[in-house]
Amino acid sequence: MSAAPEIRAPRSTSQTGRVAPQYLRSGGARGQFEMLAWLFMRLSGIVLVVLIFGHLFVNLLVGEGIHAIDFGFVAGKWADPFWQFWDLAMLWLAMLHGTNGVRTIINDYAERDSVRFWLKVVLYAATALIVILGTLVIFTFDPCPVIDGVRHVADYCPAP
Amino acid sequence: MSAATAEPASKVELPAGSSGGAVPSFDITLRVRRYDPEVSEEVRWDDFKLTMYGTDRVLDALHKAKWEHDGSVSFRRSCAHGVCGSDAMRINGRNRLACKTLLKDLDTSKPILVEPIKGLPVEKDLIVDMEPFFQSYREIMPFLISKGHEPTKERIQSVEDRERFDDTTKCILCAACTSSCPVFWTDGQYFGPAAIVNAHRFIFDSRDDAGDMRLEILNDKEGVWRCRTTFNCSEACPRGIQVTKAIAEVKQAILARQF
Repeated sequence: MSAAPEIRAPRSTSQTGRVAPQYLRSGGARGQFEMLAWLFMRLSGIVLVVLIFGHLFVNLLVGEGIHAIDFGFVAGKWADPFWQFWDLAMLWLAMLHGTNGVRTIINDYAERDSVRFWLKVVLYAATALIVILGTLVIFTFDPCPVIDGVRHVADYCPAP
Repeated sequence: MSAATAEPASKVELPAGSSGGAVPSFDITLRVRRYDPEVSEEVRWDDFKLTMYGTDRVLDALHKAKWEHDGSVSFRRSCAHGVCGSDAMRINGRNRLACKTLLKDLDTSKPILVEPIKGLPVEKDLIVDMEPFFQSYREIMPFLISKGHEPTKERIQSVEDRERFDDTTKCILCAACTSSCPVFWTDGQYFGPAAIVNAHRFIFDSRDDAGDMRLEILNDKEGVWRCRTTFNCSEACPRGIQVTKAIAEVKQAILARQF
C-alpha cells in the first residue's frame, strides 16, 4: 500500500464530544405544541367522521339522491346557516387535520433542515390559501348576483 | 416432547427419535455485512460456509466464522445467553439477539443475512456506536429519585404497585427496539423506544417522586409524540416487552397530567 490511510480514533468524529454531530441530540423544544397537535389529530378525526358521513348522506342518499345535486342544490344548502357552519367546520377540520398529517410526514422523512423548512413553507401557504378562499366562498356565496346592474336570475331566485 | 409446545417449528429436518444420540448437523451459509474503515470505506458482504449443529445459535456461527475462518470479523457479545444485551443485530432483516436465535429456526436453504442494527453509526462490521442511544437514555434519568428522608430499611412496595411497571423492568438495553424504529432512523433525534420504556419503569414506580420531571422531558418535540405506533419496537424486543403499549401509557400519563 502507498500512503497509510488516516485512522481516526474511535468516536472522534465530533468536535464537541464523543457523539458524531449528526447524532447529537439538539436541546429539544419544550412546550405543548406537539401534545396539542397529537390530541387535535384524534379529536378532529372523530368529529370529521360524523361531518363527512353526514355530508355524504345528505348529498347523495336523501331525497332524489345524487341526481338532485346541481348548482341550485348547493346554493340552497348555503342559504341555510346550519349548512354554512357544517361545511365551514368540515373545511377547517379537514384542512388542519390533513396539514398536520403532512407536517408529521415531512418531519419524519425530510432529512435536511433546509428541505424540511421549504416543504413546510409550501404546505402552510397552500393550507392558508385554501382555508381563506373556502371560508370566503361559504360566507359570500350569492346564487343570484347582480353584475353591472344586470340581475342573473335563476328560477330559484326571489322575484325582483 | 409433545406436539403442543409453543416452540417455533423447526425448518431443518431433524431425524425423529434422535434424542440422546449425536446432535444432527447441517450446512449453512452465513452472509455477514463487513465494514472496516481502516481498510476501506466500502461495505462488502462475506459468505461463510459452515457446518453447524441443531443446538447452535447465530452467535455460534459467528464464533465459528471468527475463530476458524476470518479472525477480523468483529461483533459484540458478552454473556451469550440473552441477558447482557450486547449482540443485538439484524438477522434476515429482523432485529434479534444473535445468542437467542437458533439456526434451525431460520431458513437454512438460503444464506443467513447478518447486519449491524440500523440507525446508529457503524464502527466496524457488526459493531455500532451506542453513544446516541445511551445519550437519550441518560436524559430520562434512569434512576430512583425520592423526596424526603431515606428510610432506615428497604422501601416497601405492594405487589400491585410492583406489577404496574413489571413489563418495562425487563429491558436489557440491547437497542433492538430503538434501531428498528423508522422515526429514529430519520435523524436520530427521537428519544427512541428504549429510553421511553426505561422512563416508564420509573414514572409508574410508586417509590419514585420524579415522574412529573420525566413526563416533562418526554413531552418534547422529539418525545413520545413522535411515536407513530408502527409496532416495530414491540416486534423487535427480545424480552417480549410491550414497548408500544408502554409508550402509549406515557402519552396518556402526560395528557392526564395536563387536563
